[in-house]
Amino acid sequence: MTLAKYFHFNNFSNMALEKIKEVKGKAVYVQGNDIDTDRIIPARFMKCVTFDGLGEFLFYDVRKDAEGNDKEHPLNEPRFSGASILISNANFGCGSSREHAPQALYRYGFRAILAESYAEIFFGNCCGLGVPCAVASHENIKKISSLVDTNPDTEVHLDVANSEIIAGELTFSVDIPPGVREALTQGRWDPISELQEAGQAVDSLVNELGYTI
Amino acid sequence: MAKNLFQKVWDAHAVRELSNGQTQLLIGTHLIHEVTSPQAFGMLRDLGIKVKYPGRTFATVDHIVPTDQREQPFSDPLADAMIKELAKNAEEFGVTYFDLGSGKQGVVHVVGPEQGITQPGTTIACGDSHTATHGAFGAIAFGIGTTQVRDVLATQTMALGKLKVRRINVDGGLKPGVYAKDVALHIIAMLGANGGIGFAYEYGGSLFDSFSMEERMTVCNMAIEGGARCGYVNPDDKTFEYLKGRPYSPEGDNWDEAVLRWKSFASDPDCKYDDIINISADEIAPTVTWGVSPDQGFSIEGVIPDPSVEKDENDRLSIQEAISYMKLEPGKPIKGTKIDVAFLGSCTNGRLSDFREVAKYLKGHKVSDGVKAIAVPGSQVVDLMAKKEGLDKIFSEAGFEWRAAGCSMCLAMNPDKLVGDQLCASSSNRNFKGRQGSPTGRTVLMSPVMVAAAAVNGYISDAREVFSL
Repeated sequence: MTLAKYFHFNNFSNMALEKIKEVKGKAVYVQGNDIDTDRIIPARFMKCVTFDGLGEFLFYDVRKDAEGNDKEHPLNEPRFSGASILISNANFGCGSSREHAPQALYRYGFRAILAESYAEIFFGNCCGLGVPCAVASHENIKKISSLVDTNPDTEVHLDVANSEIIAGELTFSVDIPPGVREALTQGRWDPISELQEAGQAVDSLVNELGYTI
Repeated sequence: MAKNLFQKVWDAHAVRELSNGQTQLLIGTHLIHEVTSPQAFGMLRDLGIKVKYPGRTFATVDHIVPTDQREQPFSDPLADAMIKELAKNAEEFGVTYFDLGSGKQGVVHVVGPEQGITQPGTTIACGDSHTATHGAFGAIAFGIGTTQVRDVLATQTMALGKLKVRRINVDGGLKPGVYAKDVALHIIAMLGANGGIGFAYEYGGSLFDSFSMEERMTVCNMAIEGGARCGYVNPDDKTFEYLKGRPYSPEGDNWDEAVLRWKSFASDPDCKYDDIINISADEIAPTVTWGVSPDQGFSIEGVIPDPSVEKDENDRLSIQEAISYMKLEPGKPIKGTKIDVAFLGSCTNGRLSDFREVAKYLKGHKVSDGVKAIAVPGSQVVDLMAKKEGLDKIFSEAGFEWRAAGCSMCLAMNPDKLVGDQLCASSSNRNFKGRQGSPTGRTVLMSPVMVAAAAVNGYISDAREVFSL
């Protein structure tokens, strides 16, 4: 099955999607507001016809110097290796609509994101890939990033179903829009099969609208 | 009940409510390009799904196409392969493809309006965030990711949550030397790069009424830099005049019917908005960015901010990070900052009117020694028209390289890239770190005429002084 080229997980109508009720794992804090998708995956790595291998280029230009040596960056710190939850600040994923950004995050190993807010196209792209994007307050991001910095091995538990973060002694609620939360927890996060069901209604609407093209 | 345009277009295109509470929205027109579509076609192929409405889908190449070499194979084998992939997909799935030989190729957001494909009262989607540009015609136009490109190809619909609508009134006239680009940068600096999250922006007021379609496109184009997923201007006689006689515009009786229908989508006079912002046009100065986010901008008279006076830690870090990357010093004026490259083009400012306006002032001037200056028309049609008017000669004589159509150095996926920490005065839309192709390259966003002024002086300048505006 060649679809594996495009996704490393189920993402099509004839297979059941994973029910994403929680994400548990180590977390890493990538500090900053307005972290754009060019920074997440520079444009030159988009010269590809599949999403394969994008993980290795995640945050490339802020992680590597011109010679390809590591620069100072949380993702280069061994203590954060294997983290599956990315923590950041406001307007995460702004800029270009490139799905290559969430694909690179996923392929690197991230299964959830926790930030103060998200750019909408990025948020939508993540939803369609089954990657929960939870919103937390500025204060709670401060608390959890400090906790993770002090004790990087803390298991951070994003309880999607209850919109809650549990990390050691720290517990706080997060915001995940109810529709997105249900889609994730019930395994309906890829909308394609539901969209396809309405084929006839779409045809009628196209006729009714009297487009001239 | 009185409705705004967004609500009318949304209601007209809503197929049904989905189980997650989002709306299944019909997409009237789908635009695609070589970078964000191959994986979507790959998924269709593997699933055995056809394109539901190939006649409502239009493709072109813009992101990676070289602007100095137009015959394949291109020197970059990856770029060559991606363009072949799009040609193959367009043929296999029956999609109209404006290729390099068509005379219609160009930046997808320049091509759509130019061909009359972009029409009022419809929904448009494209795997590119600057799809907001098409809102200038009173369309609701969304940038989408590749999985959503698959959804639109397969079903002509996508799942989307409804947006709130913020009306941005700009009243009055612009002072000399102030352009639509400055209006866009001013609004973003004022409301922030995340100010528009959750909103569609409706731009209006006497300034937008007086704006040409090209000027409206420039502002709508950058709605996304302000965090708004789409921006639009209500359709009016200027919109219809622009569209009349274009290749995909309706003709004869169909034209009259279409105009009536288009007019009916305009916001009702007494409609409600979720938020209203009022700006006076005469407050707006020639605007430039100083940082690495499009909201880090100010008047050309501005001085680089001092991070140490910022109270909020993240704001302080943002400024610190920006000025350190940009190699600028707090307290110093931006004016006088040396430039290495001048870039004119992009879906923001790569239309004929942009080159005409710059040519008016550039004539008789020379690009400063040591500055690499390139002018990249937004489409083959723009290129042809500019050449008919002799604009290309004015640019060439001044020392600009006149190139062929494409996105070029706006995102530098083709060979047009900054080198090292070169600083570029750019008419494009994003000043993100590394955006113009070098991981340490620096971008200062500004209007096309300001780019020309910087090119002539060799440093960031006030075009009003350079060209006596």
